[in-house]
Amino acid sequence: MKFEFEKKGRLLIVKITGELDHHSAASLREETDREILGGSYNGLILDLSGLDMMDSSGIGIIMGRYRIMEASGGHLCVCSAKPPIKKIILLSGLGKLIGICEDIKSAAEMLNRKDSF
Amino acid sequence: MKDTVKCEFPAKSINESFARVFVASFASRLDPTLEELAEIKTAVSEAVTNIIIHGYKGGNGIAYIECEAKETDGKKSLKVKITDKGAGIDDIELARTPLYTSNPDGERSGMGFTVMETFMDKVEVKSLPGVGTSVIMTKYLHGGKEDESLE
Repeated sequence: MKFEFEKKGRLLIVKITGELDHHSAASLREETDREILGGSYNGLILDLSGLDMMDSSGIGIIMGRYRIMEASGGHLCVCSAKPPIKKIILLSGLGKLIGICEDIKSAAEMLNRKDSF
Repeated sequence: MKDTVKCEFPAKSINESFARVFVASFASRLDPTLEELAEIKTAVSEAVTNIIIHGYKGGNGIAYIECEAKETDGKKSLKVKITDKGAGIDDIELARTPLYTSNPDGERSGMGFTVMETFMDKVEVKSLPGVGTSVIMTKYLHGGKEDESLE
């Protein structure tokens, strides 16, 4: 698994590629948290377009980052998840807490709308 | 047609990807769709992660995988048995409950068995505390009907 950060103003985009499991979750968790806590972001997008497999370790990753964003009044969206990954996200009930978008453009628009509330 | 393979490896998190690739490359002889393959890999990942975190509690131990591919009258199925000789599960029903985790502080979602049950057609768990655990998962491919002769 690989990941990279892209910053757009107060929006942080994390593009995750490959396979996200319990082993690879540790570095993703640590480095993403360092980036979030070191910045002043109000929106986080997890771009899953390049993610081929995610097990329930990914649910822990999303849930934990949601809590961190929410604590500072921010929001989280995931986008472009392939069908089995989207199925796991919906199964976990995360759909009630985070935005699940078809592509990165609609994720950014959703976070911009939330910011203007 | 019936084929089997098996392997064993140290239950370390770095081997989670090895376990997925091992099962997926064997399963590929059944010509699964990409989505079916991703589902199989995800279920294997859950079972092996359980062995590492719960079976051996992060300590040393061996994970065992046995796979069986079967094709009769055009019906294809894959059976995967994933075993450890670790702690075992005291209450299997509780462990299988969605969102239940014995480790709530560790950012574990408690969705492992639920994911296995969602992506595979049958999931059987056999466990004895202090002896170990086997998870036996079956998936029918291309919407293949249940084949009782597999049992």
